[in-house]
Amino acid sequence: MSATASPGLAPGHDPYHLGGSRDGRGDSAATGRGAGGPAPKRIVVAYGFWIFILSDIVMFAAFFAAYGVLVGGTADGPKPQELFDLTHVALETGLLLLSSFTCGVATLALTARRMALFQAMMAVTFVLGAGFLALELKEFADLIARGAEPSRSAFLSSFFTLVGCHGLHVGIGLLWLLTMMAQVLTKGFRDDILRRTACFALFWHALDIVWVGVFSVVYLLGVIA
Amino acid sequence: MLGKLTLDAIPLSQPIPLIAAAVVGLVLLGVIAWTVIAGHFPYLWREWITSVDHKRIGVMYCILALVMLIRGFSDAILMRSHMLFAYKAPGYLPPEHYDQIFSAHGVVMIFFGAMPFMIGLMNFAVPLQLGVRDVAFPTLNSVSFWLTASGALLVNVSLVVGEFARTGWWPAPPLSEATYSPGVGVDYYIWAIQISGIGTLLSGVNLVTTILKVRAPGMSYLRMPMFCWTALASNLLIVAAFPILTATLAMLALDRYLGFHFFTDSQGGNSMMFMNLFWAWGHPEVYILALPAYGVFSEVISTFSGKPLFAYRSMVMATMAIFILSFMVWLHHFFTMGPGGDVNGVFAITSMIIAVPTGVKIFDWLFTMYGGRIRFHTSMLWSLGFMLTFVVGGATGVLLAIPPADFVLHNSMFLVAHFHNVMVSAVLFGAFAGYAYWFPKAFGFRLDEWWGKVAFWFGISGFVVVFGAFYILGLLGMTRRMQHYDVADWRPWILIAGFGVVLMLVGVVAQVVQLVVSIRRRESLRDETGDPWDGRALEWATASPPPVFNFAAMPQVHGEEAYWTIKAAAREQLSLRNEPDYAPIEMPINNPTGVVCAFFATLIGFAMIWHIWWLAVLGFLGAFATFVVFAWRDKAEYEIPASEVQRINRANRTTRLEALQGVGRRRAA
Repeated sequence: MSATASPGLAPGHDPYHLGGSRDGRGDSAATGRGAGGPAPKRIVVAYGFWIFILSDIVMFAAFFAAYGVLVGGTADGPKPQELFDLTHVALETGLLLLSSFTCGVATLALTARRMALFQAMMAVTFVLGAGFLALELKEFADLIARGAEPSRSAFLSSFFTLVGCHGLHVGIGLLWLLTMMAQVLTKGFRDDILRRTACFALFWHALDIVWVGVFSVVYLLGVIA
Repeated sequence: MLGKLTLDAIPLSQPIPLIAAAVVGLVLLGVIAWTVIAGHFPYLWREWITSVDHKRIGVMYCILALVMLIRGFSDAILMRSHMLFAYKAPGYLPPEHYDQIFSAHGVVMIFFGAMPFMIGLMNFAVPLQLGVRDVAFPTLNSVSFWLTASGALLVNVSLVVGEFARTGWWPAPPLSEATYSPGVGVDYYIWAIQISGIGTLLSGVNLVTTILKVRAPGMSYLRMPMFCWTALASNLLIVAAFPILTATLAMLALDRYLGFHFFTDSQGGNSMMFMNLFWAWGHPEVYILALPAYGVFSEVISTFSGKPLFAYRSMVMATMAIFILSFMVWLHHFFTMGPGGDVNGVFAITSMIIAVPTGVKIFDWLFTMYGGRIRFHTSMLWSLGFMLTFVVGGATGVLLAIPPADFVLHNSMFLVAHFHNVMVSAVLFGAFAGYAYWFPKAFGFRLDEWWGKVAFWFGISGFVVVFGAFYILGLLGMTRRMQHYDVADWRPWILIAGFGVVLMLVGVVAQVVQLVVSIRRRESLRDETGDPWDGRALEWATASPPPVFNFAAMPQVHGEEAYWTIKAAAREQLSLRNEPDYAPIEMPINNPTGVVCAFFATLIGFAMIWHIWWLAVLGFLGAFATFVVFAWRDKAEYEIPASEVQRINRANRTTRLEALQGVGRRRAA
């Protein structure tokens, strides 16, 4: 059953006409791609999580599309340029991008097996993420106080949904972050914990990428228009 | 405390749903009571409910699908029999109930009949065909299954508590908005589909990762069996399309719950955006269902023709072409929206182009059979029935893809006939073919052939009669979803469709009888070697049913048709491969994360439907706690000792060797 023990395969058995068969047993040297056997667990987990993130980004794409369709549907209510405060948004962006940096440092600390640094950096990431969320909630509260609530117009519905969906992801990310801090603390640098923390880091960075989209499409374009 | 939920939610005044629900409830309670009293519950809990084995989960998916197919079929019987009495008369189902039935029929058939069946077959067969021990994420697999079951449960709860949507199987706004559908029907739809949709998405992630990253050594992409290719395309579509559905239904939920204006057609909202978003998922969904079925047909036709699949590479190309094109045709579901001749023209052309790769597949199957020694096993009959009838469905699809024709036929019974023609013949026939084909692999004994053939002939004749009549009704001008009618020209065709349903019913009964008969006669139907059909892919290289670890040693793949190559060598030399060096195998431990998580998801869904906010919060906390508990486990795998692996494998080798010696004796004689 090993690679060498395959005697007597029908010579030139090549039912799909893939060519090759140079060694005369249909076991061509050119096996095509992906003949290396199952990938290691670390690769499989990260790969699967990437696929999940891509699906999440498709979901955001649907919300972006809805925003693009409905941004003009203001129903005589407030328009984007009357609502958005770029200083506020710049502060939010700063917090989130910085939290991605600290999250990256935490990953490095994990690789270096430095518990204290890891915990500290994750804590900073949490504070920055929570700060971002607080600013976003404040923006929402201000808008609603000014009568720009989501039920006012289709534009505002799609705005609150798109930005709120990102915020919801950050909130869930924070919950996950705390869980990972506790896990690393109690379980140590175990393989499965390391894989899981890598997934968390992927998730957190992906939220940054989505936020860059939100910042450009919603806020920047909104103010320019 | 209980939100909108009061005793009025139970339809005491309507005998039909109440009796139906009572019967279903009694059967369910009876089954549960029987398992508990007979002491089977601990076994079920240990070996099935908490199982993370891809084969068991695949089987449970298929059982769920079979039950739900019967539920959906009983809706169909209600509709067809109602129409018999609805000529110049109100029929026996009041409009508000009739509307729920056609909505539930579509939802149940697509989401809880066809989807679980296809996912179940993929779950069961793909890891075996790839020569590996399990999918990439076994516990996630269990979560996926139980979330799907949770969605199915919610749809069925709507029979008794409250009502189901009256909007059709896609909840088109503004009809589905709170203004026009104030009841809980649409909410049942939204939460059932959201919960099962998450399950489907996770299962897509799981299978994509499995196929791309977890294959036996030597199993390069162009050595994968065709079913794995179609499963890959189907699951890539799930990953790319289901999030759109999730987002769309989330928008509809926000409209309904918090007064947002996505689809309201007021305050700037746009109901046609729903159509665009929904069908951007909905058309890929057609191929999510059809592609795995194409894979089943490829396996079955190749096996029962005794030949390698003809033009394998063109089949791979066609599969991946369908995968791409399926995202470029969604607008043909609403040419009548009026986006203009140019836009309609583009989508008409893409819709016609997508028929080309499907045509390539048909020719490949035909040439696979050409010159082969064809054995007419039930699964082969379903495949042949598919090829004959599907060509008609494909042709009417190309017809409907012509916008001027579509303007006439849109929302007519012709359309209903078309999509049933393609969905039933591709997906359902594919499911039945896969069921008959892999049943012995799953349970160790074959299905009874005679009853299988009865099921096939009645099933396909009923299908042709019903939907043949539908085509004609459409051309006579009948629109879909009519609750009563008074056109004399339609009457004979409605009667014929009613007769067709009787034929289908006989087919369904035969299918059930086949299962019962096969279980009772299982000793004589036993599959001793694990290769009952003279198969060509790796799933036939192991015992039936396969041991939990699938393969005693991971197969080394040399060349295409991995198992055929091994078998040809064995037949030539009249001896098996050398025994592998047995090593202990680590397998994931069963755990109840999936079922517990789905329990909380059901709570969340039910609470959201009835506006019981505290229960929704509780459900969310419960689900989170479940994941934390799972994440805290210290031991994820257990070890099967080498001696046990050896014992199991030797038993199978013995029967295979006997079979091989039989071949030798026949050759000598």
